[in-house]
Amino acid sequence: MSDLAVQTQGLTKRFGRVQAVTDVDLRVTEGDRYGFLGPNGSGKTATVRMLLGLVLPTAGRVRVLGGRVPQDAARVLPQVGAMVEGPAAIGHLSGRANLRLLDAAVPTPGGRRTRRRRVEDALEALGLAQVGRRPVRAYSLGMRQRLGIASALVRRPRLLVLDEPTNGLDPQGIALVTDLLLQLSAQGTTLLVSSHLLSEVEHLCTRVGVMDRGHLVVQDDVDALRAPTGRLLVTLAVRDQDDDDGARAAALAGQLLGSRLLESPVPAPDPGAAGVRLVVADAGDVVGDLVRGGLAVREAVVERRTLTDVVLSRTTAVGEGMGA
Amino acid sequence: MRLAALTGVELRKLALRPRTWVSVGLLCALPVVVAAFLGTSELAPRPGQGPAFLSAVLGNGQLYPAAALGIVVPIFLPVAVCVVAGDAIAGEAQAGTLRYLLVRPVGRTRLLVAKLFAVLAFTLGAVVAVALVSFVAGTQLLGTRPDALGTTTASLSGTSLSPQELLVRTLLVMAYVSVSMLGVAALALLLSTLVDSPLVAALGGLALLVASTVLVGLDAASAIHDLLPTRYWLAWVDLFRDPILWTDVRRGVLMQLGWAGVLLAAAWASFTTRDITS
Repeated sequence: MSDLAVQTQGLTKRFGRVQAVTDVDLRVTEGDRYGFLGPNGSGKTATVRMLLGLVLPTAGRVRVLGGRVPQDAARVLPQVGAMVEGPAAIGHLSGRANLRLLDAAVPTPGGRRTRRRRVEDALEALGLAQVGRRPVRAYSLGMRQRLGIASALVRRPRLLVLDEPTNGLDPQGIALVTDLLLQLSAQGTTLLVSSHLLSEVEHLCTRVGVMDRGHLVVQDDVDALRAPTGRLLVTLAVRDQDDDDGARAAALAGQLLGSRLLESPVPAPDPGAAGVRLVVADAGDVVGDLVRGGLAVREAVVERRTLTDVVLSRTTAVGEGMGA
Repeated sequence: MRLAALTGVELRKLALRPRTWVSVGLLCALPVVVAAFLGTSELAPRPGQGPAFLSAVLGNGQLYPAAALGIVVPIFLPVAVCVVAGDAIAGEAQAGTLRYLLVRPVGRTRLLVAKLFAVLAFTLGAVVAVALVSFVAGTQLLGTRPDALGTTTASLSGTSLSPQELLVRTLLVMAYVSVSMLGVAALALLLSTLVDSPLVAALGGLALLVASTVLVGLDAASAIHDLLPTRYWLAWVDLFRDPILWTDVRRGVLMQLGWAGVLLAAAWASFTTRDITS
């Protein structure tokens, strides 16, 4: 038994002549908050559908929580909560009635009262407990989205697979869902979250996989991906950057740093204080050398790659919403 | 056990859906309207000229449930059944709820069987509703012959039937009419697993109905008449002969079971191996 929540080997899917997914080896460790990224049409959804047994692979194997999918789906999927490609519910029934019906479709241990309790808990967690008898058809987009997440949570899954969980939510809703996901993660739930919002994934996830044209092109820890670029961003304080003072500081910095100076100094973008901005190779004691040369260093920041940089550099398709 | 739970859920979904009750209501309304016209005008088809059964009904409202089923069998009932059967899987696919049922996970075979049970329950429920409503309409609007109440009713063969025999035969007609819907229902269900549009699936079932009706009326196609699902639909009348003429009824039942068996096997094969992309 592995401690992998999700593992695929050589996962491949062809829809007719369209190659949707090619040779994907996904590895999600239990406890991960895994961000699944990629432009539209990159094969994310087809992969997620194969993990859930909705789409049958052309080749390759899928293991979820130690069982094979689709063969062991009946044993494995009860421990998985999922929202795929948006929420869906019976429009003329209330959110509560929808969750009860769906929960009753597959009997789980515990009596009727336990089941009702769990439905109430899930509605409560997503702020839908007070909605009452209103039919889902009258829900806002955000409420439907929260109902979809509530539905995935009813059985307190070990693995939560969510496609665009904050889609259509207002800022309060996004905060609610993000907090909830972090809380569930702290309690041991493994998260597999696909999203277009890279900044959101950067904050939420510990690990990311990036799909491009059916291939998994990146799979790594967020910390590793956000490695320093080897560049240092230094701001020098000057009396007046429009005066000769700024030009003198820039020239002196150039002498002191030599080839370590990567770009010509420019006036610092900070409007509050006069300064000169330097882009420097992160080698040796840059700050010490500048200070000993008589320059006042106001700020020195190690430049890191952003997830956006990583994703954009590794994906070729121009996806709608990517990097936004 | 798991199948029972899922079937229960499917029946609840059907019962919670306003459309179900509207269609049952419309099914019941047609025989009531016919009864109202017959009762007020007393202008039944003259014996030996119109449909045999309706002329007998005018004299005895207790026969009306069977006659009412005869009224809804050619079009109304199969339309209602096709709409429900066509909606079974395609409706869930169109609404997006199919994927959530399947990842619960509700096994695909189990879901298909539960949907089939729900379609059968709807058919049976509609038939019972039509029979009950038309019994009331028949006895109220058409009246019973003063001398016939509680005594005997004439069969189509001229002999008399006791009230118990009348009840048994009406129940047999209800069962036969329900079974007659199997073929079109199974086709609509098969199409429902193949397409994501409930409308297309329902229309497919109706296309079979129309095609079959046309071909049954075409002598040139007599070679395949015995294979057509509507061929024996009107054989329920034989259940009111004395003694009952079983030949066509038996053929009708076997034919429906044959159609249903083949189409449902195809539905199962398609649904359990299909990619769910809705």
